[in-house]
Formats: sequence, C-alpha cells, structure tokens
Amino acid sequence: MTSGSRHYAARTGIENTMKTVLLVSALASVLIVLLIFVFTLKEAMPAFREIGFEDMLLGKVWRPGNDQYGILAMIAGSGLVTLGAVAIGVPLALGTAVFLSEIAPGWISGIVRPSVELLAGIPSVVYGLFGMVVLVPLVRTIPAPGNVGFGLLSASIVLAVMVLPTIANVSEFAIRSVPKGYREGSLALGATKWETIARVIVPAARPGIISAVVLGLGRALGETIAMIMVIGNSVVIPSASTGNPLSIFLSRARTLTGNIAVEISYATGVHESALFATGVVLFVLIMLVNSSARFLLKSSISRGGKN
Amino acid sequence: MRFVSMAAALLLATGASSAFAEEIIVSGSTTVQPLAELLAERYEADHGDVQIVVQGGGSSVGVKSIDNGTAHIGMASREIKESEIAENPEIVIHTIARDGIAIVTYPGFAVDELTMDQVRDIFAGEITRWNAVGGPNEMITVVAREEGSGTRAAFEELVLGESLMSADAILQPSNGAVRTTVTSTPGAIAYISFGYMDDSTMPVSINGAAPSAETVESGEYPVYRPLNMVTFGEPEGAVAQWLDFIKGADGQAIVAAEGYLPVN
Repeated sequence: MTSGSRHYAARTGIENTMKTVLLVSALASVLIVLLIFVFTLKEAMPAFREIGFEDMLLGKVWRPGNDQYGILAMIAGSGLVTLGAVAIGVPLALGTAVFLSEIAPGWISGIVRPSVELLAGIPSVVYGLFGMVVLVPLVRTIPAPGNVGFGLLSASIVLAVMVLPTIANVSEFAIRSVPKGYREGSLALGATKWETIARVIVPAARPGIISAVVLGLGRALGETIAMIMVIGNSVVIPSASTGNPLSIFLSRARTLTGNIAVEISYATGVHESALFATGVVLFVLIMLVNSSARFLLKSSISRGGKN
Repeated sequence: MRFVSMAAALLLATGASSAFAEEIIVSGSTTVQPLAELLAERYEADHGDVQIVVQGGGSSVGVKSIDNGTAHIGMASREIKESEIAENPEIVIHTIARDGIAIVTYPGFAVDELTMDQVRDIFAGEITRWNAVGGPNEMITVVAREEGSGTRAAFEELVLGESLMSADAILQPSNGAVRTTVTSTPGAIAYISFGYMDDSTMPVSINGAAPSAETVESGEYPVYRPLNMVTFGEPEGAVAQWLDFIKGADGQAIVAAEGYLPVN
C-alpha cells in the first residue's frame, strides 16, 4: 500500500515534470519569435523616428549616402518577384502533386518524388549560381530595350523552382487525404478520371492546397542569397520597357531581404537602423500572408462543413 | 558527464594551443583581405608562434571592429572618415599599400579609352549608349558595388564627385561578383580593384593612361586609394611586429608582386 502510493506519487511527479518540460519547449518558440520581433523593432525605432514611417514606406529613393531611405522600390521588388514565382511555380507544383497522387504508377512516383524532395535540399546559393550562369544569359536573349538578363524574370524562375517542393509536397498530402469515397462516388456517377480530378478531388483538397501555396509564399518572400545573385539589386521601381505589360518582369529590382543582406555589413547609425526597419516591414508582410492563409483556410473549411 | 569532460578537454586543448601561438585577429575590407591573407601566410611561415586570422566584412566593419574589440587590426580600402576618427580618437592608421581602381568593360568592345568626365557621366547615368563615346550603338549597362563598399566610396570620391551613381546600375556585393557580371554581360562597364584584374577582364585607359602600378606611380593614372590597416592605439607585441613586417622591405615586396603599389 505505502509502496504503491509512493509509486503513484513518483509517477505523477514524472507526469507533471514532463508536462512542464513540454510546455516550456512549446513556449520557447513563442518567446523566440517575440524576442526577435521586439529586438528588430527596437533597433528600427530610430529610423522610424528620424525618417518618418510614411517617408520610409512610400519613399522611392534609397540613397543612404544622402540620407534618403525609401523602401517602396524594395517592397515592389519583393512583391513582384513573389508574384512571378507563384505564377510559374504553382501550376508546376500542382501538376506534380496531382500526377504523383492520382496518375503516376508506383515506379514512376518512386523516381519523381525523391527528385522533387532533392530540389528542397539544394542550397540556395547553388540555385543562385545556376541562375547567374544559365538563366541570366538565357533571359538576356529576349529582345527588349534595357534587358540584360539580371532581373525579376530570372529571379522568379529561380524562386519558382525553389518553392516547388514545398508546394508540391503539401498539396500531394492534401490530395491524398481526400476520402476514397469521393473518388468512387464521382467515378460511379460516370465522371471520367480527369473530371473527377478537376471537379471533385482538387476542390476537396483546396484548404490544403491553399496552405501549401502560402507556405511557398512565405519561403519566397524570405529567400535572400539566390535573389541577390540574379535580380540585379538596383534600387528602382520596376516598370515595363515595352508596350507589353509583362516586360515589367525584365526590369531589375531589389528585394527587402536583399537590401538587408547586401548592405548590413557596411551600415552604421541611421542606415543600420533603416535596414532593421526593412526587416520589420518584411516581418509584418510575412505575418500578414500567414494570417490571411489561416483565415482562408478556416473559411473554406467551414464552408465545406456546411455543404 | 562524458560530454562535460570532453568539452573540458577541448577547452584545455584550445587553451593550450593559444598559449603557444599568439593570435592576431584581422577583419574588414574584402579588397584588402586577399593581400592580408598572403601577408599573414608569409609571416607565419617564419614565425611559428604567431597565428593570424583574417576575416572579411567590409571597410566599415573593419573600423568598427577595433572600436568594439572584436579584432586587433581593422582593414579599410579607403580613407578613414572624419566621423570615424571622431568616434574613436585612439585610432591609428597604417597605410600598407595603394590600390588602383580599374574601369573594365565587357570583352570585345571597341572602346578601350575614356576620359575621366566620360567615365563620370557613364556611371552617373547621363551617357547611356556606347556610340556616345565612340563605340557601337549599344546600351551601356553599369555594374557597381553596393552602397557602403570601400571600393565604391573611393570610386565615388575620386570619379563621381558631386554626381550620384545611376540608380539603374546592377549592384553586386563583392569585387568577384562584379567581375563575373561585367565579363558575362554584353555592354557592361564596371570598376574593380587592381587586385581583381585578370585575363578575363578588359581594362579601359583613362585620360590616356592604362591602369597599372607604373601609371599610378608616375601620376598618370588618377583613380587609386590607400589600403589601410587600423589599430586601437599604438600597436604592441606581435601586432606591432607583423605591421612592421608589412611596412618593411619583405612585406612591400609582396605588395608589389601582387600588383598593388608599395607605400614607400
């Protein structure tokens, strides 16, 4: 009896300790995010105070030597390159995911899936190198005034390949989680395989696919070194050089991440603080993307529930 | 427990090795870095008791690093700014060499000579086509270093003067990346340290003088800057000895052999 209760006490003791340990590790990540944000914000405050929040966000000129710190060009650069990467990467990734989960026979997916996963393991500097040596000269052959290959198009293609594994993996998982009954029901009603995929399976997997795309967006916004190597890093607001609005992607640009990485080792004083402010803007941007993903996910799940 | 004792052993081992070798930490300009590495290697060959660690980071980092004590010697590929001296009045500047900045173009272009004014207008974005300076009817693509680079600061001071660098310029974060870009982009023009010139680059003469140690020496080639090392107060011990070696005959011979200009 006594030994039993002692045993019981020891067990609850272990239970409670483990609970605390797990709680602490869960809180650690919250604490780390909070600490990073607070620190970045603190370092950025002098810039916001001296330059002004609006002048910084809406300023088109970035010349630290002349005390001009506008990051609108970098916001536009990051936005456009992410848009380009999504436009190229999402169809490619979705196609891969549907093919792997619905169409490919076992031995083919046995080759394709590891290859896609391998893409995720290539260091970003290698992507950058490949982009610089192979893609940039290729893009340069597009006849347009001012096109030198370095710019948004090269960067978007590199980024599309970099986000492909993330989007493809998560989407494939979402498609695989669609209950078997949906497929069988659709086929039993006389739909073809393609109709089943396009009208039943992909819509049913939509919440998962949306979160896949947003995960990719987050990765795209944060990518740094590969972008620096192919985007040209000029502080200009991208603009179309010909009548075709798509030629905006031949323009050079600079990303928010690139701005920090390229200049931080030289920066002092307000310049340094302005780079931290760039980091704050990036932080907020990624938070917005992630929370809108959460919102989209929730609303599409609740709608699915009502049906 | 085993890990703790292993860690202790490791600590002891590193402690022991630093007891034999005196460590000098050098950090800063990526332009000075290759030269400093070579000077360190040659010096260490004869002085087994000294270990010199050379790190990059950029000129401003170099000056800052002696301020906050993260390095014994800072490297800067430009003049030390008045603001930096005001911030740290103890700073002692040791000029170890002079380095020219070469203007290079995409290989195979007809233009191999420019005036100083033309170079300024090209980099300021006022001349945008090669035919304006006697070349083919092609667009000029300006390639430059990022804001804050020592090479860029020196170039702006020596060439651009009051003009501002073209906002349209492709910016690359190192001398090496600039060289790769200019040699692979048709119509490109860039500036790089003499030390980074090789067979792949095509230098342009300025005001009739080809970029070389000789033309800088004779005063014909106008674009050059000092390469500096800085210390916090007068150097002592191993740091002073290494700096004496650099400024002495042996060190300056290495400087000259690498294509830089000796200081004496």
